[in-house]
Order: sequence, then C-alpha cells, then structure tokens
Amino acid sequence: MTDITSLTLTELVKNIKVKKLSSSEITKAFVERSEKSKDLNTYITEEFSSAINKAKKFDEKPNFDLKLPGIPIAVKDLFCTNGVKTTAGSKILNNFIPTYESTVTQNIWDQGGILLGKLNCDEFAMGSSNETSFFGNVQNPIDKNLVPGGSSGGSSSSLAANLTPVTIGTDTGGSIRQPASFTGTVGLKPTYGSCSRYGIVAFASSLDQAGPMSKNVKDCSLLLEVISSYDPKDSTSIEFKRNNYSKELTNNIKGKKIGIPKEYRVEGMPNEIEELWKKGIEYIKECGAEVVDISLPHTNYALPTYYIVAPAEASSNLARYDGVKYGFRTKGKNLIDMYEKTRSDGFGNEVKRRIMIGTYVLSSGYYDAYYLKAQKVRRLIKKDFDESYGKVDAILTPSTPSSAFKIGEKTNDPISMYLNDIFTVPVNLAGLPAISIPAGFDNEGYPLGLQIIGKAFDEQTILNIAYSMEEKINFKNKITDWWIK
Amino acid sequence: MTKNNSEFIITRENKNYEVVIGLEVHAQVLSNSKLFSSSSTKFGAEPNTQVSLVDAAFPGMLPVINEFCIKQAIKTGIGLRAKINNKSVFDRKNYFYADLPQGYQISQYKYPIVGEGKVILDMPYGQKEIGIERLHLEQDAGKSIHDVDPENTMVDLNRSGVALMEIVSKPDLSSPEEVNIYIKKLRSIMRYLGTCDGNMQEGSLRADVNVSVKQKGEDKLGTRCEIKNVNSIKFMQMAIIYEANRQVDLLEEGKNIEQETRLFDTKKNETRSMRTKEDAHDYRYFPDPDLLPLEVTDEFIDSIKADIPELPDEKKKRFIEKFKLTPYEATILVSDIETSKYFEEVIKDSDVKLSTNWITGELFALLNDRNLEISNSPISAKNLSKLINLIKNGTISGKIAKTVFELMIDGDKDPEVIVNEKGLKQQSDPKELEKLILKIIEDNEEKVKEYKSGKDKLFGFFVGQAMKASGGKANPKLLNEILKNKLSK
Repeated sequence: MTDITSLTLTELVKNIKVKKLSSSEITKAFVERSEKSKDLNTYITEEFSSAINKAKKFDEKPNFDLKLPGIPIAVKDLFCTNGVKTTAGSKILNNFIPTYESTVTQNIWDQGGILLGKLNCDEFAMGSSNETSFFGNVQNPIDKNLVPGGSSGGSSSSLAANLTPVTIGTDTGGSIRQPASFTGTVGLKPTYGSCSRYGIVAFASSLDQAGPMSKNVKDCSLLLEVISSYDPKDSTSIEFKRNNYSKELTNNIKGKKIGIPKEYRVEGMPNEIEELWKKGIEYIKECGAEVVDISLPHTNYALPTYYIVAPAEASSNLARYDGVKYGFRTKGKNLIDMYEKTRSDGFGNEVKRRIMIGTYVLSSGYYDAYYLKAQKVRRLIKKDFDESYGKVDAILTPSTPSSAFKIGEKTNDPISMYLNDIFTVPVNLAGLPAISIPAGFDNEGYPLGLQIIGKAFDEQTILNIAYSMEEKINFKNKITDWWIK
Repeated sequence: MTKNNSEFIITRENKNYEVVIGLEVHAQVLSNSKLFSSSSTKFGAEPNTQVSLVDAAFPGMLPVINEFCIKQAIKTGIGLRAKINNKSVFDRKNYFYADLPQGYQISQYKYPIVGEGKVILDMPYGQKEIGIERLHLEQDAGKSIHDVDPENTMVDLNRSGVALMEIVSKPDLSSPEEVNIYIKKLRSIMRYLGTCDGNMQEGSLRADVNVSVKQKGEDKLGTRCEIKNVNSIKFMQMAIIYEANRQVDLLEEGKNIEQETRLFDTKKNETRSMRTKEDAHDYRYFPDPDLLPLEVTDEFIDSIKADIPELPDEKKKRFIEKFKLTPYEATILVSDIETSKYFEEVIKDSDVKLSTNWITGELFALLNDRNLEISNSPISAKNLSKLINLIKNGTISGKIAKTVFELMIDGDKDPEVIVNEKGLKQQSDPKELEKLILKIIEDNEEKVKEYKSGKDKLFGFFVGQAMKASGGKANPKLLNEILKNKLSK
C-alpha cells in the first residue's frame, strides 16, 4: 500500500469508513512523518501524543457518520485552541493558552477531526513569506531555502510535505492562496462572512477569512463544508444557504462564462506566468466554458488601498497586546514605560511597521486623505467586480506575479514583498471567494497557481471550475523529501 | 424666557460676566448585561467577577450588540423629544490605558443613534428649554485602583463594557441652579422610562462639564474648559462656580483662557489642569470593523414609542388640568415617577387638595428626615388615603391627624384602627359639647364677666379650656359655634 501520508483527505476518509485504516494508523503516520520533518520548521506547537490518544479513543468508539472521522489535522497558529498554546507567530503571545476554541476549529473537531499541532505563520499573519514569524523561517518542501509563501506558510509547507492531510489558514490579502500557489497545493478564501472569525487572532477584521487548504479540489470542498457556518458570536457572519460543497461538486461547467481581466497583465510579470494563464484559458475552453474579456479598471489601486485599510485595522486590533492582561510583559518604571518596553520587545519589525502605518493613516488630519479615501476606492473595486458579474460567472487570473522566492530575498524590500499580493488583495477588498489551484511550473520547476474568483456566496461555482480544470491540468508536485535524513 | 434678575452673573469692577455651560452626561443604561457581552452589570460585585472574554479583550473575541441596550437608548431619545436615527455607526476610540482592555473604547462618533432633542426646565422664573445635541451609546471602561498595593495599580474590569448613554447638551445652561434642575430633569425622565436608575452614588450618572464665560451682552462664546467626570450635582455646581470665577479672573488680568481639560478636586474645591489642547489625545476614531452599521426601522422605533409611559411634562399638564394643582405643586409631584404614582394612588379615593398638602408636607418631611425614597415610605398610599378621609369626613381634626400620622409610621398601621384604639375620634355631638362648655362657663365666672365687658381676646382662653377638657378631640368648628352662642347669652 502507498504511504498513508500521501493519500488525500477523501481517500483517508474512505479508508476509515471501510475500516481499511484506523484513525490511530493514520495519525501515527502523520506524526512520524512530522517528527522526521522538523527541519521544515512548520510546527510551533506539536500535539502529537495527545493526537495519538484521541485517535485511540476514536477507534474505540468510531463514528463513521462524521465528515472527518478520526482525521488528524494541523492548523495555523492563528486559531485559538482551548488548552493549547496559541501564539499567532508572535513573541507577545508566546505563553498564551486560550480557554476557548475558535468556531472554525470547533467545527472541525465536531466532525471528528483531531488536532495534530499548531502551524507556523507570519507574525499576526503579516507577511508573504513566513519570514516575520518569531518562531523562525519555514522551509518550502519544493526546494531548500525557498519560502513557502505567507502568511499561512507553516500550513502550506506541512500540506505539501504530507505532514497533515489538509489544513486551514487565514487569508487577509492572499495568505491562503499565495502559499498554496508557492507549494503546489489548493487554497480557498471563502466569501467574507462565510467562516466565523470568532476565536481567530484578528489582523484586519474587515478582510480576514479562514479557509481550507488541501491537496486537491475535492478535499477543499469537503473541508469548506465543515468549517463554513453561520455564527451569532461574529456580528459579520452571514446567514445564507451553504451547500454540501463536496456532494454538489461537478466537473460539468459547460456554458459557464469566465472573465479574463486585462488589468491583471501587469508590467514585469514573468513570461511563464503569462503562458500559464493562457494555458488556463485553453483548459477552460476545453471544459466547455466560454471565455469573456472583461475590465476591472480600479485593480491598480487595490494594493495601496489594502496597505491603508489593513494596517489601520491592525493598529487598533493589536492595541490589546499591552502586557496588562495576558501574554508577554517587560517590566517598566510606570504604565507607559511598561507599554513601550513590552510592545517594543514583543512585536517584530513587520508588525511594528504596519502598526505605525495604520496609526498614521488614522491620525486626525490624515484620516480623510488616507483612510476615508481608501474606503471610497474599496467601494469602486467592489463595484468593478459587481459590474463584471453581470456578464460572467467567475474570473480567471494568475494567483501570484511570480513563483516562490528564496528565503531572505525580499526581507529588506517590503514594497517588493507587498507586490507579491497584487492579484490576491482585490478579492479581499471586495469580500469575494477565490481559489488558487496548482497549474504548472516555472523554469526552475517551482509550482505556479491560477486563481478563480467567484461571486459572493458562490463558492460552488469556483470549486466546480477548479475541479474540471484540475482534471485537465493533472498537476503532480515534484517533492524529493530532501529534508529527511 | 429667562428674566434678568434670575441670571448667574459674576461681577468685577463694573463688568458683568455671564457663564455658559454645556453638559456631557454619562448615564448607565439600565440593563442586566453589558453592551457587547452577556456579563452581568450588577453593582458592588467582587472585583473581576463580572468579566467575559470579550470584556477582557482576549485574542479573537468579538463584540455582539445587546439589542436591549439599543431599545433603551431609543426610549431615552424619545423621552428627550429627539430625532432617532435609522442608521448609526459604532466607532473605535483608540487610546491606551490599563483599565481599557481592548486599547479602544467602542463608541459612536459621527453617526450617533439619537440626534437633536430638548429638555424643558421649570425654573422659578419660568420655563427654559435646553437643547440636546445628541445621545450616543458607548462602553464604559474598567476601574484602576491605585491605593490597594503600594507599587502596583490594580484593575477591576467589572464595569468594562457596561453600556453608557452619553447625552450631550447644547451650551444652553447659564447657572449652577439650572444645572441642578437639568440633571434632576434628565434623571427624572430616564427613571420614568426605566432606562437609567440615575444613582449617582453608584456612578450610574456622571458628567463632563463645559464652562466658558463672556461679558454680558456679548454674542461670541468664550474659550471653554472641560471639567471631567464629576459625579454629584453639588460638585458640579461647586466646580462651575470655581471655574467661572477662575476664568473671569484670568480675563480681568488680561490673560487668555487656554482650552483644556480640567479635574475638580473635591477636597480643595478647585479645578486643576489635566491636559491642554496640545496634549489632547488623537483618538484615531474609525468605524469598528467588527460591527456592522446599526440600522433600525421606523416600525421598530414606533413599537418602542407605543411603550413609552406618560412623561413628567405631560403628567404635570394633566395634574394641573385635571386636579387643579398649582404648577408648583404639580412640578414637585411629578419630579419623581414613584412620587407621582404614590400621589395618584392616594387621591384615588381622597380629597386632592388635602392629599397634596399631606404628601408634600408631612410625608416629605418624614422621608427627608429618615433619608428614604418614597418607594420605601413607611406609610403606604392606602393608609395615608384613609387618614385623609378621616380628616375630610370630620372623624378627626387636622391636629389629631398629625398624632395619628406619627403612630402610623411604625409598621404602616391602619389609621382607622389607631383612632378607634386610642379613642381619638373627634367630639362632634353638639349636646356633649354643650355640656362641656356650660361646665367651663360655670367654673370661670370671673373670666366670663371680663369677656362680656369687652375683653374679646379671652375667647381663645375658653376654646383652649374646652379643647383641653375634650382631650383635644372636640370638633373645633362646632366648638367655636357653640361657645360663641353660649357666651353671647
């Protein structure tokens, strides 16, 4: 039999249900491989022995009606987990153990999932390479010293390296889709309001969404089905009819209209990305869908808008980490001194940079010129999408303007780092769902992804398009296990 | 409407200064749970026992609006005859403090739930209208305690997240007395509505007081100073008098008044600078992305309107028209909802005039003496009503009634029972009285002679003697008649 850890979620669930595999066997397999993969530095907190115990318990009294029966899953360390340290990749929370569970993770445990551990991420999800984590860089299993993307870099790396069958990330400006693209995996950011934000360490409240990351589209649809729920504890959660995404998944997309936005042809974009996009268009046509040229005229303004709105919200959201109530504290001579020392020592540079940008754009005298204007542009960006969706059912773009880059390559150039999010941030600003699927390789053999953006609450359509393209693309990740000695 | 002689004027060498006052009243919403969490709001609990994860701002915790608090704010807005806004927005007011766990207070900045309204004050010199600028909802902060530990500040988060209504007046108040009446009126309206208990000792009602001065007749407003967080009417008045005089003195010395925030030191009776405009916080207000804009439909507002009880102004009008009370009496009786309820209960079966006098006289004196609210009155409305009927139907005199009243206090006794037990029934039988009077005439021949020879003043002596002989129970009117009749023979 093939290695358990290389099986997809759907295959694992099937094997458990027909009693070919037990939860213990599966969990042990992932634990063992995770133990051998410490060089990737994907885990911040390992829950291996507890996971094995839970698997044993599951096997004693299995419930096969659940959607994730006894399946071990590691999650991004931005989700609060009851009794398990939750750091958000930051020193300021490096001793924080929540007494509560995020709604999204609770949904997973309620369906039989078992927590394997907490995965590395950029500090407070601020970053595109996982290099801002207090707990160090994460290696991309694709190649040594390659970033796994960010901020859900621990998640994408673990997934691609078969340390977890599926995982969840959070996506504020591309933090699920970009790392998925960099590791040859599938990542979906749901419509804003689909997945509860309750218990997720907040970065930018009006943009943050949790979402599934998986090895294929079928797994992605199953995990989305589990985590998406209306939650009265989150005032921005939306009540709408959620599909049985995996059951309703179909590769029949005949007659669907797919928009190709000309504004995503950016200057300096590598030729291989352009080629990939063209290939994607061909696949879509082969699947029987119709391709339509569209325009999203305000795309250019998305990145600057994002880098005003997100830091503004973050500067306020992160004010609670002040050393008073929980988390890290540096002693001070007085209250102000304690604040300054705690926050200076507790936050990393990227987080400080964004707090300062956010504080600046909200300051009196600058508010109108920055924050208010950004909100207006945000509405225009959303309007662009709304108008296009009068003509098309979904939109196809590249996921990122480049493949994964080397560790350290962009750390001293924040603008170039920010530019990596250029195709993903408009989606967050508009609150839309989007999925990134692996679609090919660059000249180095590094994976490249395509992004399918959908109408609000229409995750099913983009999953279906992704599913049908996946068959055509037939992508196979090239991973050599170079980190296992 | 204000008459000149009633103004609060500060005089310095022929120059007269007027004071301009605006209040920002913070009224705690009467609600069992907090504005954005389900924690209890009960006063006086052990520190940090009424704190949810939301109140303590744990990572990933989100606010969820308490609909009851929204209704309470709208109700109050209706009581202030104000515009209720169909759409309002919760903003974050960002600043760091140890008792502010989120690092921001959720408040309403640009779009409050309630817009302009007004409050009518009954001043001795007539009615005065005070404009209301707005009412908005916001979270209270926790409490920093500096005197428990010598080195550390302790924080109690029980209040953190409790719903407050900030009621901002226009700068229409012009004397400490108007401030007194204004606060009492606001308190009265909110107690009628059940939206705030108005308990100043427990901090349910506090105010920031804005004070400026200008020369009399001048149109332009002076530079104002804001006195933060004053928690009693007396202190507000003291602070205003001190602050207005301080500002006048500065102007007289040719100095400028600096716009600043000040604190009132209740021990020294003075205001002190807390921070100047330059050090003012930049609160970086922006809409709270965790909360959607608050939208209320007209139907929702109308359904709340249907629940609004008769308010003090309307009740006063009714009391004057229906019961023929004087405006003064009506004002007193409606000022507190419990008083008005008590009054209406008493007059259900009793004479209005007598009831009014007894409630505002004897009963108020008793409550005042024992520092009691009328809701805890030792004498129930039912028994007071009985007492008044005993006076009205001649069973006892007003004087005896006072004795009975005293006896009723302990245990809310039935006055009819007291009168029977103690034999205090008024002597109204003319034959009995005649017998008694004849005896007195007989015993005081000399005095009778003097009276008859023109010494009219002696009539009082005979009344006194007869009253004494009756044990104070003689019907005074009847006694007078018979006595006059007998003495003239």
